[in-house]
Amino acid sequence: MADHEGVPTQSRRVLVTGLGTFWGGRVAQALEADPNVEVIVGLDTTEPTVELERTEYVRVDANYSILARIVRATQVDTIIHTFLVVDPTQMSRRAMHEINVIGTMNLFAAASAAGSTVRNVIVKSSTMIYGCAPEDPVWFSEDTPRSRPSRQPIERSLDAVEGYVRDFAEDNPHVNVALLRFSNVIGSELETPLTRLLKLPLVPSIFGFDPRFQFVHEHDVIRSILFAFDNDLPGVFNVAGDGLLPWSEVAALCGKRTIALPPIGTGFVTRPFRQLGLVDLPEEYEGLLRFGRGVDNHRLKDLGFRYEHTSAEAIEAFIRSVRLRNAVGDSEPSYRYERDVEQFFRHSPAVLRDRSQP
Amino acid sequence: MTPMPNRETRSGAAPRATPRTRTTRNQPLVDVTPPAAAGSVGLPDLEPSPHVNHAALVPVPRESAAEGHTDPDLLDDRRISDVNEWGRSEHMREIARRLYDPVYKHWFRAEWEGLEKIPEGGALLVANHAAAIPSDAPVIMHGIEKELDRPVYGLADNFFRTLPMIGTLWSRLGGLPAHPDNAFRLLQEQGQLVLVFPEGTKGPAKTYDERYQLRRFGRGGFVEIAMRAGVPVIPIAVIGAEESMPTLFRIPYLARALRLPYASVTANMLVGGPLGAISYFPAKFRLKVLDPVHFDVPTNRERYSRSRVMDESEAIRDTIQAALYTMLRERRSVWFG
Repeated sequence: MADHEGVPTQSRRVLVTGLGTFWGGRVAQALEADPNVEVIVGLDTTEPTVELERTEYVRVDANYSILARIVRATQVDTIIHTFLVVDPTQMSRRAMHEINVIGTMNLFAAASAAGSTVRNVIVKSSTMIYGCAPEDPVWFSEDTPRSRPSRQPIERSLDAVEGYVRDFAEDNPHVNVALLRFSNVIGSELETPLTRLLKLPLVPSIFGFDPRFQFVHEHDVIRSILFAFDNDLPGVFNVAGDGLLPWSEVAALCGKRTIALPPIGTGFVTRPFRQLGLVDLPEEYEGLLRFGRGVDNHRLKDLGFRYEHTSAEAIEAFIRSVRLRNAVGDSEPSYRYERDVEQFFRHSPAVLRDRSQP
Repeated sequence: MTPMPNRETRSGAAPRATPRTRTTRNQPLVDVTPPAAAGSVGLPDLEPSPHVNHAALVPVPRESAAEGHTDPDLLDDRRISDVNEWGRSEHMREIARRLYDPVYKHWFRAEWEGLEKIPEGGALLVANHAAAIPSDAPVIMHGIEKELDRPVYGLADNFFRTLPMIGTLWSRLGGLPAHPDNAFRLLQEQGQLVLVFPEGTKGPAKTYDERYQLRRFGRGGFVEIAMRAGVPVIPIAVIGAEESMPTLFRIPYLARALRLPYASVTANMLVGGPLGAISYFPAKFRLKVLDPVHFDVPTNRERYSRSRVMDESEAIRDTIQAALYTMLRERRSVWFG
């Protein structure tokens, strides 16, 4: 084969869930640039927030009740499941359960239906699944069981999700299932409870504790999803940057001082601030601020994946963007989804399309 | 997907020449040979698409041009503290060494024998454990760091980690929760010295009339760790710690109320009052490094023969016990050695 031509070896049809989220949008954008990808279908409850050239957006309800129909109609061979909520501050527990557990359940039900064409599934999970306890090892490998049973609703819902993933992988041995567990994601665009803490004038910490944190840059997250997509990786993989940094150093890298919260009754003390909306410290992060968490990223690296950022570099990328935003203010979102416009570009005979030829 | 022939320029995507031995323990979700095993990762080379250029967001490069950071030393250029992945800080350790050295030299007057038996590379140091607030751990760690100029990581009960301040300080000075994974990485991958007290909290909790009587050596986990990591166990016999803070009796109710592993009333408290609770008697410390124990077993196994592990553990316990008796026979005075 003449590889200089860049001839597509096999065209792929991809379904991306959570197209309206940061992750889904970015993954779809990157896939559009891939000539091997013939069709990209994006699902979400909300409209895409990034400009997309040829991705077909389908509005669905939070738990994907019409998914089986979509999978059958589009004959997709790959599902990239990015729509998992790991930020408990974004919505109620019920809504989170609906999206994470029920959504994933329906997704796999559709993917394993008779006559399904799905051959690859990539699921974006979180290292929150390992929990956070004093008896934890410094580094969790993919096989290390968590030390204590999960109590937090977010961890329980991730447990349930990974249970469905495991069942699906067992029942469908012909399907490549990649489960990617992402560490604390940070970067120039994404907002998480941790980035909100780091943007406060004084960064909260718990008195007497200086746990070590691991971060992964948002670009490395997208790149790892694409890496799993390109290589049809089966298995569970931790995705996290190299290195662990003490929380005090993370704050110092951001040019902030820390403010110590009492180690006993932390939740009680932060509650008024939380209610005033000043500090958004979910319970899940209290444990993290005590004991931290490190995950072993060697399994993915051994397969050839190269991280662009270490934990410290991811922090630096974050703080640079914060500095820029402080200087010039938040930029207006440059893109708004207009259904008619998007339909015109995709389907009007007036538009010359060279890429959309099958 | 059919892997495409690699271009020479894509060598960065090739798997590492020497995959970590540990990956043999990692099983994929479903048992399928990873594509990289074939030697080519087969990423299609993508032309930068003009479509991405007017995307709302900066395009994410698929494959980084630069070689990734595999060398942990490269991380340091952006770091502002020297806290390593285990939480140990050489800077903090240096301060502690300076403060502790007079105690080591003039209060405990620690004397070592057989330090040359500690080999290069990873080794699991195993010692007897005593004193209500164990005085043996700092003496061993300080002694080896001073004499051999090598860091020692101490594995301890994870109870420490739950204490504010103390937990952080303990971690910065080289303490770690006693998790087999931690020990494995330190010993096998990083060739460090790891100190462990197999008696656990049962050692320091024992009363003065039980002094120098070794408790049960746990479930032999330390032997299994050494076997898995393929490193020798170096037994160390310590005398002096028992007399530095002897326990008169225990108060189980108080321990339960405070959620401590044990609560003791020590002779130091009776002599020194509140200050005695945290100060040691000047007992003379003698430490004897015994012959390394090598296990002739394949490394990196999920499990080892239970009977073999227990036999080895028992044998090491007997060796330390015998050495303690010999040293006590030769000791003329608790205070002057």
